[in-house]
Amino acid sequence: MLSSESQLAVRCEGLTRRYGDVVAVNGLSLAVARGECFGLLGPNGAGKTTTIEILEGLLTPDAGDVEVLGLRWRTDGAALRQRLGIQLQETRLAEKLTVEETLRLFRAFYHRGRSVDELVRVVELEGKRASWVGKLSGGQRQRLAVACALAGAPDLLFLDEPTTGLDPQSRRQLWGVLERFRADGGTIVLTTHYMDEAESLCDRVAVIDHGRIIAQGRPKDLIETLGAPTVVTRHGTLEDVFMALTGRHLRDE
Amino acid sequence: MSNALVQLTLARLREWVREPEALFWAFVFPIIISVILAVAFPSRGVRPVPVGLTAGPGAGAVRAALRAAADISLRELRPEDEARALREGEVYVIVVPTRPPTYRFDPSREESRAARLLVDRALKRADGRPEPWTAHEEPVVVPGSRYVDWLIPGIIGLNVMSTGMWGIGFSVVQARLRKILKRLVASPMRKRDYLLAQMFGRIVFLGPEVAIPLVFGATVLGMPINGSVAAIAVVSLVGGLSFTGLGLLTASRPQTLEAISGILNLTMLPMWVASGVFFSTTNFPDALQPIIQALPLTALNDAFRAVILEGATLGTVAGELLLLVVWGAVPFAIALRVFRWV
Repeated sequence: MLSSESQLAVRCEGLTRRYGDVVAVNGLSLAVARGECFGLLGPNGAGKTTTIEILEGLLTPDAGDVEVLGLRWRTDGAALRQRLGIQLQETRLAEKLTVEETLRLFRAFYHRGRSVDELVRVVELEGKRASWVGKLSGGQRQRLAVACALAGAPDLLFLDEPTTGLDPQSRRQLWGVLERFRADGGTIVLTTHYMDEAESLCDRVAVIDHGRIIAQGRPKDLIETLGAPTVVTRHGTLEDVFMALTGRHLRDE
Repeated sequence: MSNALVQLTLARLREWVREPEALFWAFVFPIIISVILAVAFPSRGVRPVPVGLTAGPGAGAVRAALRAAADISLRELRPEDEARALREGEVYVIVVPTRPPTYRFDPSREESRAARLLVDRALKRADGRPEPWTAHEEPVVVPGSRYVDWLIPGIIGLNVMSTGMWGIGFSVVQARLRKILKRLVASPMRKRDYLLAQMFGRIVFLGPEVAIPLVFGATVLGMPINGSVAAIAVVSLVGGLSFTGLGLLTASRPQTLEAISGILNLTMLPMWVASGVFFSTTNFPDALQPIIQALPLTALNDAFRAVILEGATLGTVAGELLLLVVWGAVPFAIALRVFRWV
């Protein structure tokens, strides 16, 4: 077993989850240290979302063991929820509530947390406080989703594809929010398709395919050690590693 | 009430008032339907009975006799129109001017049997038959006995049911579709608070929803309100909460708007027809009565009519209220258990 458990934000061993005949997650184990930013990379259907939703306590694994912040979902679910911030893939928040009303609602669920004023400032939505969620741009909605996740001043933030579909400016803006959260000592576990996002934000990444981790380590180390040829004209990137590991055929969900 | 519950209830109310269609169904629809039905079914009694007359050798005498009768309105019919006129209720009975006359009518229709008696009396009187005596008639106008008076409490009951169930059913399934429910249970929100907020949101809207058609009925259509406002409020509250429980149960599993529409229609249609909204439950055979009387809308309509028209106290409608409480509490408890959040 792992030592100094209190230093781990997330620890899971032998996670397995099936949907009928399909094995979405197949004996997956990982550990994330406190204060770390950990990325789950993988093609569509690799099992990233299933894995993160098991860690978030939204799905129950068929087999395996999960510990988050030293607590377990079955026995300490309510206490654990107070300390997590979660952003789901493709959640559309209520369109006819304003930004401020949405944040006030989420803030009310937590015993402690940040004020609505602080939250809109952190995600730079001060000018949109009174706008309906339905009138926001994609990037603004995504920032609001992250603000909802930050409402309880969490120790650990789970983000499922936080910047998918956003333009480069919106992505950078969101990265800034996440970097500030980390600078305050927060831990982040995120999934992403974007290799540059993983390279720029994550201390460590795990590449997942067919429900298993096929490579794990610091982005820089992966680039150096794993089949990413450094050609004369440019340095290898994490994207080269990813393509070498998961192949070039298209994945459909 | 915890802050979370307050915020969830506020969110529910805000989403509702920002949805113009929802407001239309809740407030304008019952008034429109009351007006339409009041126009279609005006007070009975004074209206002359429509009688048809076909051509024939004795038609002139019959025509003169029936024209003279104040309570009969005569319509000349061509032979090919006879069947249609009877079927559509354009005339209740057709007189064929033979000697003695022939009456064509459907004896299973009460209004046709009554019309036949009026025609018979008028024709015999015209032929000079003496009346053995003339009864004294005492016309009595009982307040609240018109069809429209009877109808409005039923429309209010129907509205409490349908806005409650559609409002809750649609918004919950939409929140599930958009994964808002999943996002909420990913937060520390207590699940019970979410369901309770749906109920509390209803209570706030119940006031205007019942009051608007009630005031419209009383002022514009002259419906009497004989019961106390407090009794009407309690019946509304119990009825409104009852259908919220049922609405939450119907919305607890479906994952598409098509599915929830089907389930809601299936749940409500029997009550639209059988619970005495447009016509009395006594029209159904005795064998069905135990089922019909156990339906929540039957209980709500009976209780509304008792307190509004008959001035009944809450004690008189305690049975109906108890039935409504059971119809609210049991589905709510089941919904809390089987609710699909993710």
